[in-house]
Amino acid sequence: MNKPLKQHLIDPEICIRCYTCEMTCPEEAIVHDDMNVVVDASKCNFCMDCIPVCPTGSIDEWRVVAEPYSVDEQFEWTELPEQEEMGASQDTSIEAMDEAMAALLAEAHAGAGGKAKAPASASKPSINMYTLGKPAEATVQGNYRLTAEGSDTDVRHIILDFGGQPMPVLEGQSIGIIPPGTDADGKAHLPRLYSVSSPRDGERPNYNNVSLTVKREEQGLCSNYVCDLKPGDKVKVTGPFGATFLIPDDPEARLLMICTGTGSAPMRSFTMRRQRTVGARSGGMVMFFGARSPDALPYFGPLKKVPQSLLHQHLVFSRLDGQPKEYVQDRMRAEEDEVADLLQDPKTHIYICGLRGMEEGVEKAFTNIAESIGEQWTALRDTMRGEGRYHVETY
Amino acid sequence: MIDLINVSYDTQIPNNVGLSSDRKVLKALEKWHPGYINWWNDLIPQNFQESLVYLRTAVSVDPKGWAKFDYVKMPEYRWGVLLAPEVEGRTIPCGEHYGEPAWQEVPGEYRNLMKRLIVIQGDTEPGSVEQQRFLGLTAPSLYDMRNLFQVNVEEGRHLWAMVYLLQKYFGRDGREEADDLLIRSSGSEEAPRMLGAFNEETPDWLSFFMFTYFTDRDGKMQLESLAQSGFDPLSRTCRFMLTEEAHHMFVGETGVGRTIQKTCDVMNANGITDPYDIDKIRDLGVIDLPTIQKKLNLHYTLSLDLFGQEVSTNAANAFNAGIKGRYMEHRLKDDHKLHGDTYEVWDFENGALVRKEVPALTAINMRLRDDYTKDAAGGVGRWNKIIEKSGIEFEMKLPHEAFHRQIGVFSGKTFDPEGNLLSGEEFDKRQHEWLPTHADGDFIQSLMKPVYEPGQYASWISPPKVGIDNKPGDFEYVKLHMA
Repeated sequence: MNKPLKQHLIDPEICIRCYTCEMTCPEEAIVHDDMNVVVDASKCNFCMDCIPVCPTGSIDEWRVVAEPYSVDEQFEWTELPEQEEMGASQDTSIEAMDEAMAALLAEAHAGAGGKAKAPASASKPSINMYTLGKPAEATVQGNYRLTAEGSDTDVRHIILDFGGQPMPVLEGQSIGIIPPGTDADGKAHLPRLYSVSSPRDGERPNYNNVSLTVKREEQGLCSNYVCDLKPGDKVKVTGPFGATFLIPDDPEARLLMICTGTGSAPMRSFTMRRQRTVGARSGGMVMFFGARSPDALPYFGPLKKVPQSLLHQHLVFSRLDGQPKEYVQDRMRAEEDEVADLLQDPKTHIYICGLRGMEEGVEKAFTNIAESIGEQWTALRDTMRGEGRYHVETY
Repeated sequence: MIDLINVSYDTQIPNNVGLSSDRKVLKALEKWHPGYINWWNDLIPQNFQESLVYLRTAVSVDPKGWAKFDYVKMPEYRWGVLLAPEVEGRTIPCGEHYGEPAWQEVPGEYRNLMKRLIVIQGDTEPGSVEQQRFLGLTAPSLYDMRNLFQVNVEEGRHLWAMVYLLQKYFGRDGREEADDLLIRSSGSEEAPRMLGAFNEETPDWLSFFMFTYFTDRDGKMQLESLAQSGFDPLSRTCRFMLTEEAHHMFVGETGVGRTIQKTCDVMNANGITDPYDIDKIRDLGVIDLPTIQKKLNLHYTLSLDLFGQEVSTNAANAFNAGIKGRYMEHRLKDDHKLHGDTYEVWDFENGALVRKEVPALTAINMRLRDDYTKDAAGGVGRWNKIIEKSGIEFEMKLPHEAFHRQIGVFSGKTFDPEGNLLSGEEFDKRQHEWLPTHADGDFIQSLMKPVYEPGQYASWISPPKVGIDNKPGDFEYVKLHMA
């Protein structure tokens, strides 16, 4: 059997036959007869140009199929076929179009304990606009060290400018950076994913720029490349990717954000989004942010300037001289009442981002706190996840 | 270098035409801007102006960037001047200049003809916003209200697009024409809008849906033919407008479709099988199918009149000059000059309708109207699918082109919707079967009660199948300002 593939389809019951998609498609993959407008699976390359121009939403339909539906078959349809049972590979909420990126994201989101779902009110993300074959080229605008010079962690704030190329990336989404050079087989390196740390309107409002938070890893091929970038350098970028780890558009939603290290990147973008839109009039945000010490905590300085009314901060350190080690889960337990209150509120959305190692401790803390209010954590978590209110991204 | 894809915000007016380095036009537009804002502010009721509406705004004219959604107050909507990207090496697609490089400036000999076309197109844009100004007060849902306002702000932007062309390419008289576009007003006695259909009232939401389906579709066809213009800036303007116009087609088609759906659902739920059991159906708070057919008859025929005379030397001149092409000109396989070709049109001879071959050049209007009718018939077929699926025996039909016409060979003659010529007396007697009566209008009006709860819909219309921007059913498309 062939490997299942995702096929792009148009819903004939919703399409109004305006043919705007057909005019837009650069691959001429969209055709119509007197009945229907359809996508030719052999020509569609998932460039997504047709998605925003459709006035109806009928064009954003996908089926995982073993054998793609032919153009002639589609011309006959009066309604879309159901998704056929494909076993475990079935997944219609699409975070990325190419399999390597989709697999990376699936792994990163695995800690949520089930299929990730976007918040109901989240803006619709654009995905896969740029690919390994057709990357965007960004210019480095800045590269600033976020951790103290003496600290042994080197975390960088990188600003990329996209010039004339649209890069509509939402808070919580990632972009891919393609390190230069080739691997041992002479093939181009695959992109490495980084969460953006800037909000949708740009690091600087209405400038087409994006910021990343990147930690230098010893032997890290891409992280060393990124951390050594100089202003003016050109970088090849893919993405955006990710369609579930997103901020709700509802200003009354309450956000509980738990992160360590560079896991703070999406939390920074969420915070800036709210600062620029609803500010303290929002439902509020609570953050548990862990690092070894203040000089290793990215954005320690800027965070101090964010008012507690907007973002209630718990900065937690595990290597302070003369003090016992404290991790985010320890502080969560210490602030049990605040966390319990959030868990009981249907407006609460939880975000966890950081190293995979943090998952277990945080899960345990949630289990204890949930018990204290007579709730079973896994059930509560599954409900929240099903409602698009529980999000994990770890690496 | 001017960035011709992305919208630049370095002037008050978002644009991708390099306004900041075009001082003269920028000054003219900035002078025009306050008048426009006043026009807008006086038009739409104040509490809607203050409300946050979930609208799409273009951040660039390429597919990736032109539909960004967010909440915005309408007076703060970024109206701007946006042209589709220039196609390198584009040539004039039709007429005697066929194959020559497209014009980047207006050729002197065609100046007046071109200006006239742009003014007429420009006049319809604010006209429809004026016609629809009070509909927000009776919106059947926040979803529909949002769609109305999206249509309105985009019609406003289309006015901008035409004003830019007038100010950029037609000097002082272009600027005067631009000012006059804000002076004329729909339904005004002293200074009405130029075309009849844009002086009619849009009294209720079914009329609005019919208007966006039928009358905006005329606009779409006109834009399609202007998108084929040899005058490149006009072509590029219209191409970008067409992507926005598709949304208006969507509002019309789904609006009528959802109205039909609800009627069928309610009939079935109450065991009514006869679509002509009108009183019983109306008592259930939905609009009976025969009345919807009458509204269709009215709006379709008013829209046919917008295409002008069947045989027209003006249209021939515009085509021959390369100012206005045919629908999908670039896909047609002929010499694009039409010398010696003929086209079949309706005529009226010795008391009877006849088909007659005339020179294709003079039949340009008729041809566009035929393309329009074919396009309009598609949606009617999809409405019939809804009725058929519900198991009700009724079929919506486009009436014969001769029915209820004020312009062209059929004007002043009394045909029935099947195309049979009737005596004036008989037509008057039976008119109420085919066109909405005052009583029909009063009934529809009685249903026009606003519904402002997210996710709720008025009695007479079904919810949409898909939300705008994929939003869930109870999404608050308009955050109403309650003063």
